[in-house]
Amino acid sequence: MPRFPRALRAAALAAPAASAALGALGALGAFTTRAAAAAATALTLAAPCALAQDANLGRNLAATCANCHGTGGQSRGEVKSLAGLPAESIVAAFNAYKAGTLPATVMHQIAKGYSDEQVKLIAGYLAAQQPKK
Amino acid sequence: MTGRAMKQNFELSRRRLLSAGTALSALTLAGCATSSSTGPSIGRVVIVGGGFGGATAAHYLKMWGGNIDVTLVERSAAFVSCPISNLVLGGHKQMADITRSYRGLQALGVKLVQGEVTAVDAGAKKVRLANGSELPYDRLILSPGVDFMLDSTAGLAAALDSGRVLHGWKAGPQTMALRQQLQAMPDGGVFAMSIPKVPYRCPPGPYERACMVASYFKQHKPRSKVLVLDANPEVQSKKALFEKAFKDHYSGLLEYRPNNELKEVVVGTSGQLAAKLEFDDLKVDVLNVIPPQRGGDIARSAGLLNMNSRWVGVNWLTMESTAAPGIHVLGDATFSAPAMPKSGHMANQHAKVAAAAIIDMLQGKPVNATPVVMNTCYSFVTASDVVHVASVHQYDSVDKTFKAVPGSGGVSAAASAVEGRYALSWADNIWADTLAL
Repeated sequence: MPRFPRALRAAALAAPAASAALGALGALGAFTTRAAAAAATALTLAAPCALAQDANLGRNLAATCANCHGTGGQSRGEVKSLAGLPAESIVAAFNAYKAGTLPATVMHQIAKGYSDEQVKLIAGYLAAQQPKK
Repeated sequence: MTGRAMKQNFELSRRRLLSAGTALSALTLAGCATSSSTGPSIGRVVIVGGGFGGATAAHYLKMWGGNIDVTLVERSAAFVSCPISNLVLGGHKQMADITRSYRGLQALGVKLVQGEVTAVDAGAKKVRLANGSELPYDRLILSPGVDFMLDSTAGLAAALDSGRVLHGWKAGPQTMALRQQLQAMPDGGVFAMSIPKVPYRCPPGPYERACMVASYFKQHKPRSKVLVLDANPEVQSKKALFEKAFKDHYSGLLEYRPNNELKEVVVGTSGQLAAKLEFDDLKVDVLNVIPPQRGGDIARSAGLLNMNSRWVGVNWLTMESTAAPGIHVLGDATFSAPAMPKSGHMANQHAKVAAAAIIDMLQGKPVNATPVVMNTCYSFVTASDVVHVASVHQYDSVDKTFKAVPGSGGVSAAASAVEGRYALSWADNIWADTLAL
């Protein structure tokens, strides 16, 4: 996980949820007031626009995963859903793929294409997505 | 959901969000909110072409941008996928399996226009359709795919026009017709396929097709032959894996001939076919010619084919044409960055770079300076076993292009049924990601 202060770290994870919910009609119905408040508060605490830019970076990077893992990490096939997984476990899996310690058909090749910083942003974004039932 | 129901649902959701009260207004005050679906439109985006590039752009502009007017102009009533279409030729899938609806995009508020754009007026910022109507835009996206260069092969244009020879390189009626020709071919017949010199759409596609047709013959017409006439000196993608598949599964049934460029197509008076090569003249029963390609017609008529008069040069940060900034071009029509394949997967990734950039531009913000795109391409070598090639491409700000990351990417260790299942999972996910299913 990024070694951010706790508030910043929470904001980094929550901000994309706020923007995704505001942006996507489909997500609005499932989005609870409490989640909105939490996300917005976190964003307010973090305040600076630089962080919002970071939020889009995570969103944009995670979108490169969607072709195999589904839009927003919601897979509808055999390949694993990533939405809502703990960011730490996504980062750990990426690192294991990079190190070659986790067997894979293709992810060991793909993981090596992303920097550690990018992996953290991807993990933060996907962790903040609501997994669908 | 009807428009009214959607609006009511939306208003309800909006009130629930607003009831978060101070938190939400703090978010607004902070001025960092990326977008909102409420309020007046911040811009009109017209997208020409509803393939992997154009449809993904429509989906992501709506999902990320909210209140943007998005109009998608597409000739066909439904989306038909080129990926997996070789399985239809092999008889392992049906047309319905590779056909999907545009309704998911419409439900997001994308205006779908079934028609053909015949002209772009970049000065007046509008496109004209074949039916005479016009669509004004603030930003234009062209995702025109490829069209064919037929002049270098004598007789090819007429043979394609008559339907006696098929390309099958745009999924749809061509796929169905080619399948029917294969079914009608007598056992003991010869199926020949011509592969153009690179670059062409989907580098491994022809070799996958050879395997799929051979798998059909092996089961149903074992005395028949697949003749692969490649204008290139060797297999252009996943070489060792395809060569192994040719040998292990289709030995004696499939013949691969490198450096065999098709020079002429002759259709006899009673429909008999001849494929003329430099040193050879082959009588065949079914002839599938994948012609040399260039960026699609609308990119040409708009004056955007500024790279070798074949492809569209683009600014990779925004996907805007270098010939006409303000017009974003996606997918196979672009002049590829080094080691970047022309694939549906890549067109989908181009679209996300463009969607993010267009939203930023309409909001007056700087665009993402460090975009990343990646590609995973699965090919069936039998009805169940699959091989992949994958790559990750990071933007290089010095050379202003995407570059494959050294040490990343690669191909399968061996063909496997596990990757066969992943390939079908990939198809379901990319179709959903592209079409908002």
